[in-house]
Amino acid sequence: MAGTGDAHLRNGDADVLLKVSDLVMEFPVGEGRKVHAVSGISFDLIRGETLGLVGESGSGKSTTGRAVMQLPSPTSGSVMFEGRELTELSNDEMRRMRPRVQMIFQDPVSSLNPRRRVSDIVAEPLRVLKGRKGVSADKVAEVLDAVGLDVNKVGERRPHEFSGGQCQRISIARSLVLDPELLICDEPVSALDVSVQAQILNLLKDAKERYGLTMVFIAHDLGVVKNISNRVAVMYLGKLCEVGEAGALYNSPAHPYTAALLESVPVPDPDIRPAEREVLTTEIPSPMSPPSGCRFRTRCPHAAEICATEEPQLRAVGPDQFVACHFPLQPVPVSVS
Amino acid sequence: MTVDAPVTNDATSGTDHLLVVDDVRTHFRTSRGLVRAVDGVSFTLDGGRTLGIVGESGSGKTVLSRSIMGLLPKRHTETPTGQVLFKGNDLRAAPRKELQRIWGCDVAVVFQDPMTSLNPVMKIGKQMTESMRHHLHISQSEANVRAVELLRSVDINEPDRRLEQYPHQLSGGMRQRVTIAMALGCSPELLIADEPTTALDVTVQAQILDLLQAQQRQRNMAMIIVTHDLGVVAGRTDEIMVMYAGQVVEKAPTRELFTRVRMPYTEALLQSIPRIEDNVDTRLKVIPGRPPDLTSPPKGCRFAPRCSYTQTKCLEEPPPLVSEGDHQYRCWFPIGTSLEVDPPTRRDGALAPGVVATAGTVTTGGAD
Ligand SMILES: Nc1ncnc2c1ncn2[C@@H]1O[C@H](COP(=O)(O)OP(=O)(O)OP(=O)(O)O)[C@@H](O)[C@H]1O
Ligand SMILES: Nc1ncnc2c1ncn2[C@@H]1O[C@H](COP(=O)(O)OP(=O)(O)OP(=O)(O)O)[C@@H](O)[C@H]1O
Ligand code: SF4
Ligand code: SF4
Ligand SMILES: [Mg+2]
Ligand SMILES: [Mg+2]
Repeated sequence: MAGTGDAHLRNGDADVLLKVSDLVMEFPVGEGRKVHAVSGISFDLIRGETLGLVGESGSGKSTTGRAVMQLPSPTSGSVMFEGRELTELSNDEMRRMRPRVQMIFQDPVSSLNPRRRVSDIVAEPLRVLKGRKGVSADKVAEVLDAVGLDVNKVGERRPHEFSGGQCQRISIARSLVLDPELLICDEPVSALDVSVQAQILNLLKDAKERYGLTMVFIAHDLGVVKNISNRVAVMYLGKLCEVGEAGALYNSPAHPYTAALLESVPVPDPDIRPAEREVLTTEIPSPMSPPSGCRFRTRCPHAAEICATEEPQLRAVGPDQFVACHFPLQPVPVSVS
Repeated sequence: MTVDAPVTNDATSGTDHLLVVDDVRTHFRTSRGLVRAVDGVSFTLDGGRTLGIVGESGSGKTVLSRSIMGLLPKRHTETPTGQVLFKGNDLRAAPRKELQRIWGCDVAVVFQDPMTSLNPVMKIGKQMTESMRHHLHISQSEANVRAVELLRSVDINEPDRRLEQYPHQLSGGMRQRVTIAMALGCSPELLIADEPTTALDVTVQAQILDLLQAQQRQRNMAMIIVTHDLGVVAGRTDEIMVMYAGQVVEKAPTRELFTRVRMPYTEALLQSIPRIEDNVDTRLKVIPGRPPDLTSPPKGCRFAPRCSYTQTKCLEEPPPLVSEGDHQYRCWFPIGTSLEVDPPTRRDGALAPGVVATAGTVTTGGAD
């Protein structure tokens, strides 16, 4: 199987809301060639948990998020949500399922219709799902309140009157209006300055508490991800490198790529001279012809022969820390198979 | 340390500075009124030195950079006041021809979006060599050799092949490398990089910043890095200048700034950065609200509506920029001095009583 293992998946007793298995997403690009955007990854989410999904640009994070929502449906693999196989649902069934999973995007301004009033934008998912009569003004006011906006002050206005941070608030309110179970946030703060970013991160935590949400939080900045995630999954070129409880993964990264990502985070401390750190110097290879064996090997300082011939499978290096590497930076306990 | 009385700026004293920016004001006429985007900024920069300019979105960083470069839209801009001296020559009074010689040659700029400086329908090689031939008066073949060298110096592999490519055939990180190579083309003495990495992911960001730093050292050129993230400039600059609402609110040598923050705004910016070493689920300390509307900034301290140390005096009188050695700040009650506000009279995360934070055009009230 093309997968990178499933040692990191939780057992049957856990209250698993989402379970993705061997997810593959390929995009044909003509002449028989294809982009291997996601190549057999598995992960699960326990109800109430936030999973951070990190990796460089092009590693397949957005593709994974969209595949969960069947936008589009994956090339192969399974997406089990609340015990139902989403990849097998008919269009009609999927339409009814969709409100349970909502997504917010990086660019808040262009994801809002510029001609509509804020209260209509927020109410739109309700109107689409239940028709005009389904729109509840109270619900709209409530979700706007949850993102720190007062419907009486903002309801009649249009998106262009708002800053980027406020547009992101509006799009979060819209994603909450259908009471989703799972919220997939695709780089919701990457385009915002540090102060607005902090406001939105706190707000997402509050909304999560208030509505009991389960979240996937996609970002390329590990600092941001740690602030909001219980568990973190590191992606590289369509594969999972490392998955684990956030504290463990940050304190003792086991995959060379995780370690390199950590080194790249800008630190507001003048005593840490960035030029002396070991950062990745080359670029991510083309997903049209990914390297054999371990996909990270072309940039890995520890690569050996076996890395080119054998794909590493995820295995445990701690109680909740799993790594796909032949030579992990943390010792592999012998007792764990 | 004692805090001196307001000091008049010393920007114009001494003529050996590479760049002197003296009381620059750039105001725009709009239907809402006069936007005071840059409102009396002064600083100097010496050859080979690096300065970080930091502030939230809308604080005037880009308008300041453009004012220095003389790259402002003519139509709605009030006649600029103040002086910008580059090697003693007033850029603002310079004839257009003189300016064209300086731009892209003695002074070069790198923007956030590489496509601002790249022509999408022209090959990389042509774009690079055209400006070099124009500025350096060299032949096409000399320019080609130079372009290949430059691309190699910014870590672009297969430089010969890249010359034949169009911008869209390169990744975002590579495009930014190309614009840096182009900016370095005429060996500038000053490079202004306006958020050169904001659109890029963290690994590429680290690469580009390292690259800029290495080039700056090798060429001993002066550099200004503009960013909203203090983390980006922490280990990479000699000095940092923090801007708020069109003004300088704090400026100090980098280490001094981080170890002895005086200005509450700088402290708040630092606290809003999520740290790797923080525990998961740490609640970030946010700065409530947004920067003020620059058509009618608050009459006292411009940061007062959002500051957690605000006192009555802050709401009434604008604090002057004062100097403590080479550390400047604009606050009545600077942190870490005898004037600092006692903890009991601070407030947390809420807006000052009786003031509304203007958030864009909307008043949200409460912790924004
Ligand atoms: N519809 C598509 N057709 C062809 N290639 C695609 C398509 N969508 C994504 N890709 C490619 O798949 C790879 C993964 O893309 P994806 O957008 O998922 O990455 P990402 O991790 O979200 O990156 P970023 O941080 O830039 O958003 C990229 O190489 C991308 O170019
Ligand atoms: N041509 C213009 N006409 C009117 N107002 C302008 C013009 N250019 C900029 N402004 C205003 O001047 C202020 C400062 O803008 P500037 O772009 O310098 O901010 P910045 O600090 O660079 O922010 P960012 O981090 O978003 O790039 C903003 O309020 C902006 O709206
Ligand atoms: S498997 Fe080999 S190439 Fe891949 S990360 Fe581990 S050491 Fe590096
Ligand atoms: S002058 Fe007052 S309001 Fe302004 S920064 Fe200082 S303490 Fe805060
Ligand atoms: Mg993406
Ligand atoms: Mg700017």
